[in-house]
Amino acid sequence: MGNGVPDHPATTASSPEPPAAATAGGAEPLVRVRGLHFSRGDTVVFDGVDMDIPRGAVTAIMGPSGTGKTTLLKLISGQLRPQAGSIEVDGLDVHRLGLQDLYRLRTRMGMLFQSGALLDDLTVFENVAFPLREHGRLPPSLLRRLVLMKLQAVGLRGAADLLPAQLSGGMARRAALARAIALDPMMVMYDEPFTGQDPISMGVLVSLVHQLNDAGGLSSIIVSHDVPETLGIADHVYVIASGRILCSGPPAAVSTHADPRVRQFLDGAPDGPVHFHYPAAPLAEELLAVGRRRRW
Amino acid sequence: MGTTRTMEILVGAFMALGFVALFFLAMRVSNLSAAGAGDGYALIARFDNVGSLKVRAPVSMAGVRLGRVESIGFDAQTYQAVVTLRIEPAYDQIPTDTFANIYTAGLLGEQYVALDPGGSPDYLTNGDQIEHTQSALVLERMIGQFLFNQAQEGAQ
Amino acid sequence: MVMEALARLGRSGLAALAGVGRAHMLLAAAIAGLPELLPRPRLLLAQIYNIGVLSVLIIAVSGLFVGMVLGLQGYYVLNQFGAAESLGVMVAASLVRELGPVVTALLVAGRAGSALTAEIGLMKATEQLSALEMMAVNPVRRVLTPRFFGGCLAMPLLAAMFSALGVLGGWFVGVGLLGVDDGAFWSQMQAKLDFRGDVVNGVIKSLVFGVVVTWIALFQGYDATPTAAGVSRATTRSVVHAALAVLGLDFILTALMFGD
Repeated sequence: MGNGVPDHPATTASSPEPPAAATAGGAEPLVRVRGLHFSRGDTVVFDGVDMDIPRGAVTAIMGPSGTGKTTLLKLISGQLRPQAGSIEVDGLDVHRLGLQDLYRLRTRMGMLFQSGALLDDLTVFENVAFPLREHGRLPPSLLRRLVLMKLQAVGLRGAADLLPAQLSGGMARRAALARAIALDPMMVMYDEPFTGQDPISMGVLVSLVHQLNDAGGLSSIIVSHDVPETLGIADHVYVIASGRILCSGPPAAVSTHADPRVRQFLDGAPDGPVHFHYPAAPLAEELLAVGRRRRW
Repeated sequence: MGTTRTMEILVGAFMALGFVALFFLAMRVSNLSAAGAGDGYALIARFDNVGSLKVRAPVSMAGVRLGRVESIGFDAQTYQAVVTLRIEPAYDQIPTDTFANIYTAGLLGEQYVALDPGGSPDYLTNGDQIEHTQSALVLERMIGQFLFNQAQEGAQ
Repeated sequence: MVMEALARLGRSGLAALAGVGRAHMLLAAAIAGLPELLPRPRLLLAQIYNIGVLSVLIIAVSGLFVGMVLGLQGYYVLNQFGAAESLGVMVAASLVRELGPVVTALLVAGRAGSALTAEIGLMKATEQLSALEMMAVNPVRRVLTPRFFGGCLAMPLLAAMFSALGVLGGWFVGVGLLGVDDGAFWSQMQAKLDFRGDVVNGVIKSLVFGVVVTWIALFQGYDATPTAAGVSRATTRSVVHAALAVLGLDFILTALMFGD
């Protein structure tokens, strides 16, 4: 983990490898999603989604909350199983793998959870050391050095002996990031990495994501609804809503997209194609209606 | 590392305490040395009436417990109760003409099998049958007999 | 109306069946993790500490007092029949056969079972189980298996402590305070209690209760709705289900073991 390239979130088209457009040929995409259908009970979460996530780039998946962005990450990592369609990661069909192979694949995937999801009976150091201990027999001195390097990369070497409960939200997320990259994965999935962070830790996280992707040579998938930060670091953007992909392309193209639903989401308009009100009967009707008294 | 060590010691103490408690229950509360169902050899005795004899009731000779009642069955041909006695292996010199009685410990106590040794030089071995048995005393029958005798004496 | 009620009944029946199925699958998965647990005894040790060591105090105090109450009550009843010497038998038999395993299981369900459920439920709610999954660590084997075997091991030992201290409590009240003969107290107890029939059966009972209480606690935590309300409901359910299961199973086991 060397020092990162100076990041400049304003420009995006300057990453070393030009992001492959979703359908363009060239390098084999890292993640290939085809005809994905997934529903939970009666709610349809994905209704025929095709997606290509290129290698070595930052791909952002954006959309309003409740559109199943986290679900998509769980599908990619094989924690959930789709009703139809396939997901290939690095050429392997995630949902056709046996448990052993799936676990082997997961050691090459890192995931940063929204809550951090640190094991709260272990110190920060032990949390980062956890995947290393589980998957390898490293001599203690080497393990220590590796963990300290990962913690150094996220700037938390000084907090190695703290318990997760003693960390602030931003620090917890950074510690979790150190854990996610402990096994030097080929890809990291970020689940809402910027949500609920103060501007400083947000800036720290943005630069960390950028740095890891460019210097660490890994591929990143960011799921987020924080528009400016995500557009700032992404090489390629998918906007999803109501189970479908609304638009995709480089950030510049997406941010000038004309579709009213995309516009509403990106501009943060309170009302538009997505309504402010949850579907309901007209207000006057409901206020005048008798009944629905409390009964007991 | 200090906390791990403390935890290990406490768990060790816990396991030790648990086994001490088990040992206490085995040796002090129950009588482990006198256990051993399944060991030893079986004898069979047929009684006309076993009264309220129960499985696991003691089998004793001269007031010393030699074993326990293992099972109580019923022979549909002879209409007798078939009682299997499990005798501990140390007591392997019970004469073949031994007498088996069902007695009651105290007035309201439980019933047990008492063996009265005979004089035969041969000893009973596993699966042998005790030929001489005396059934349990049934209180109603005893009282009935007593009244009957009284009445007869009175008539004379 | 009737059709709707029937449909609802059917749905909840199916949901209950599905729950039973999930619980058994979870149990199988947790037991299947044993080979991975054996080379790492420290994980098991930590759970014996959590479930066993931390419950010793409440078990010891409860056992002592239950034994003392048994001594007191037993003495008053037995003394009316002039059979106060049988006090030892009464105290020991009721403790070793019934009260030891049952009360210990109820206390452990309340003290450790609820904690297990809350812990696992919260790990689920805070995505820690998912995180393990993503680190290619099987959460059932890493988290549930050591807790399961820890509970199964701790329960019989706790029950033995409960019974042993209860007998000592009964002895203290009967012999120490009420003047029952010391020799008769112990000798009658030893004569009437059988190692295999009473002590071993009591241990088997508490082993079964250990399995059931830990299993229910783990399943309720693992199956909890991952929200604050969901975890609190699961914790309540864990204690209630465990208590009912222990009492019901106790009846069945008693009928199997002590029936003539």
